[in-house]
Amino acid sequence: MPEQQDDILEQITTSEYKYGFVTNIEADEAPKGLSEDTIRFISAKKNEPSWMLEYRLKAFQHWQKMEEPNWANVNYPKINFQDIIYYSAPKQKVAPKSLDEIDPELRNTFEKLGISLNEQKRLTGVAVDAVMDSISVATTFKEELSKVGVIFCSMSEAIQEHPELIKKYLGSVVPATDNYFTALNSAVFSDGSFCYIPKGVRCPMELSTYFRINAKNTGQFERTLIVAEEESYVSYLEGCTAPMRDENQLHAAVVELIAKEKAEIKYSTVQNWYPGDKEGKGGIYNFVTKRGICAGDHSKISWTQVETGSSVTWKYPSVILKGDYSIGEFYSVAVTNNLQQADTGTKMIHLGKNTRSRIVSKGISAGKSNNSYRGLVNVAKNASNARNFSQCDSLLLGDKCGAHTFPYIEVKNNTAIVEHEATTSKIGEDQIFYCNQRGMDTETAVALIINGFAKEVMNQLPMEFAVEAQKLLAISLEGSVG
Amino acid sequence: MDATSNIKSAYAQLEGKSKNLSAFQEENWKTFSGIGIPALKHEEWKYIPIKNVFKASMNIAVEHDAFDQSALSNYILPGTEDANHIVFYNGRFQEHASKINEKDKLVVKSLEIAAGDEDAAFVETNLGNSQGYHPDGVNALNGAFAAGGAFIKIKKGAVISQPLIIYHFADSSNGFRFSQPRILVSVEDNAQVTIVETYVNHGGGESLTNEVIEICTGRDSITRYIKLQNEGNLSNHTGTTHVRQLERSNTHAVTITLDGAVVRNNLNMVMEDEHAESHMYGLYLLKGNTLADNHTIVDNRMPHCESNELYKGIMDDQSTGVFNGKIFVRKDAQKTNAYQSNKNILLGDQASANTKPQLEIFADDVKCSHGCTIGKLDEDALFYLRARGISEKNAKALLLHAFASDILGQIENEAIKNYIETLISDRLSLEA
Repeated sequence: MPEQQDDILEQITTSEYKYGFVTNIEADEAPKGLSEDTIRFISAKKNEPSWMLEYRLKAFQHWQKMEEPNWANVNYPKINFQDIIYYSAPKQKVAPKSLDEIDPELRNTFEKLGISLNEQKRLTGVAVDAVMDSISVATTFKEELSKVGVIFCSMSEAIQEHPELIKKYLGSVVPATDNYFTALNSAVFSDGSFCYIPKGVRCPMELSTYFRINAKNTGQFERTLIVAEEESYVSYLEGCTAPMRDENQLHAAVVELIAKEKAEIKYSTVQNWYPGDKEGKGGIYNFVTKRGICAGDHSKISWTQVETGSSVTWKYPSVILKGDYSIGEFYSVAVTNNLQQADTGTKMIHLGKNTRSRIVSKGISAGKSNNSYRGLVNVAKNASNARNFSQCDSLLLGDKCGAHTFPYIEVKNNTAIVEHEATTSKIGEDQIFYCNQRGMDTETAVALIINGFAKEVMNQLPMEFAVEAQKLLAISLEGSVG
Repeated sequence: MDATSNIKSAYAQLEGKSKNLSAFQEENWKTFSGIGIPALKHEEWKYIPIKNVFKASMNIAVEHDAFDQSALSNYILPGTEDANHIVFYNGRFQEHASKINEKDKLVVKSLEIAAGDEDAAFVETNLGNSQGYHPDGVNALNGAFAAGGAFIKIKKGAVISQPLIIYHFADSSNGFRFSQPRILVSVEDNAQVTIVETYVNHGGGESLTNEVIEICTGRDSITRYIKLQNEGNLSNHTGTTHVRQLERSNTHAVTITLDGAVVRNNLNMVMEDEHAESHMYGLYLLKGNTLADNHTIVDNRMPHCESNELYKGIMDDQSTGVFNGKIFVRKDAQKTNAYQSNKNILLGDQASANTKPQLEIFADDVKCSHGCTIGKLDEDALFYLRARGISEKNAKALLLHAFASDILGQIENEAIKNYIETLISDRLSLEA
């Protein structure tokens, strides 16, 4: 039986990326390289007001003074920032008003991805803001949303139409100077999503964005900003894929969430960027800064992520618990295979009184991959009665992979209660035997056990996503599990 | 003159004087000169401002200062008068002041001599092993002054009945005392020994002890190690205990920190052979401004090894407890079982705890877990005791004592256990 198990593990390491197709659409690109001119080009292309250009230039000047960080438990060849195309937009003359106006080839892409706009629109009622190579291609359900006052549009549109909101909130949670990649993003971000939920509104549907890096040699620098006013609620989904390329591509996004008093934001990600091939050639560098602030009392932010793609993942969705009685949650499944590397986790910064946070992280490593959980739980001096519970479990499939845990816990208040626990194990032979005994073949048994392992997190995903996430988990781990 | 140039002039006096260890010292000095004392930015020294501890006014002994033997009798741990005593004074081994009872089983001599006689080969392979795990200036600085150290050998098959107690005296009567003891221990195959280290700062001034002790435990040997720190709040400490474990060896370490200014303890267990076993226990009971930082490493290099770790801390007043526990499981180390747990109670309003339990695992057939908690005293438990007529003060003392006794119970030697027990009882009932 162990041999059979090995076979299945073998299959795991041989299954290939299923979303690796290239869409042949003419793109409008910026010349390679990064300089003030590139930034001016991007800004001009997007017809931005001057304050936005200044914001970008300031970030760029700061970026030039910074050094690339290297503390993460990941290895990758140095990025040549002059060898990246910072702006690439599918060529389209006028902004489309309905889905029918969209380039059929583009729509095919989405259909291959399994997020056919039509279907999603009809069946699930999800509003999709599809971002392909930095420009928002179609926004559905916008009109319905605007009836209740929800603003859901691309970042470039928001800059044009809601400058007062963007000015107020952009960079308020993740300042441009926060780190190397946020400075870069602030300087060159090309598009992204903006979402504003007015006071007392429960967003009537799940909001969703689908990112896809298509053109060769482009970096995707998108920017997401979600503001939930008092007593509002929103659930936001984000999914990512990229075509197969031999070169590495950089994805350095910034996501900012702001939850005011009694507001709740639920942010779910299914990330399936191209992970590179079996030899580790190509793939996306996913260096994303995600941070939310529970600004008001009784507010709540919840991050859920299923990370199966990218050759290098380096991100820590964080919550600053500023309001009293605010809640932060982080649920994560990170799967690495072949030569993938993931260094991911979260930060929970407890500032307000009676704040609570919960961290559930499940890491699955296969092949020759390395999977690290790195997290911080910080309880500040005045955060009395703070409560945190963290659990990090790792599952190892195969003897060439690695699982690592780096939890930082810093407590400066004596009324806080903080707990952390972590385990590392493999799938037990007895577990498989138990399933075999009940007539399940080993393959199904492995699938069952992995699904069970990740269930706590999967349960947090909205229904539409949970199905896709399970499919992804199966694909990235082996051909036939599912 | 800053701290570094002070150290430099002390080293200049030493340079080239050692016959057998000059090369080792020189190499370490080069490392130290290159990287210096780590700053807070150094990941391994993140929570401990060690740079501030090294002062320009440090007194560094380069010669054997005369040690007043009568001083020792005042500090002997109660009940251990018959034990083997080894004395370090200002960081240098004092052969004449040391007392070895079981000379047929136990060899104690200066490291300088050991590096030139029949133990030279052992010294060659084992001295400086800790450096790979602590490639920082602090460890290297100790290495640069290693010739003043001691070598201890427990002969093959010997069972040492009385503990081997190492007293480290720092004389701070003339101002800030900087001592750097260096010890190399060989526990040969089938031998059994209990080694105790304790520290005395006399003279009433500030001090810093930067120690490195490296132990190699032979096949089927059993080593018990106790480190007791109760020096007073002017004493700083940075110490590394590095254990290299051979086949089926068993190591049991207990680290107890009751007092100090800035205290850093590194404890490494390197499982170099199969079926090695190690147990690591720690208790830090802090008050005032004390900062105690315990870093432990368990490096599983070979299959079928087992490690167990439990560190507990109680922080009162403005004190800070830091814990970092690393468990590495290398590719070949299948069937490893490694457990780690860190529990902290914050008593004082200004107290803080920073903990980072860390697992790095490269083998799949292993069972590893870690857990840590930071919290306050259980209010239900307090209420239970109060409801039975126990005063709040006593109830707290009782609970804290129970919390600490998990670690105390790990000390096998009755005399030493009782002594530490009284120290802890005094502390807890006084403050609770």
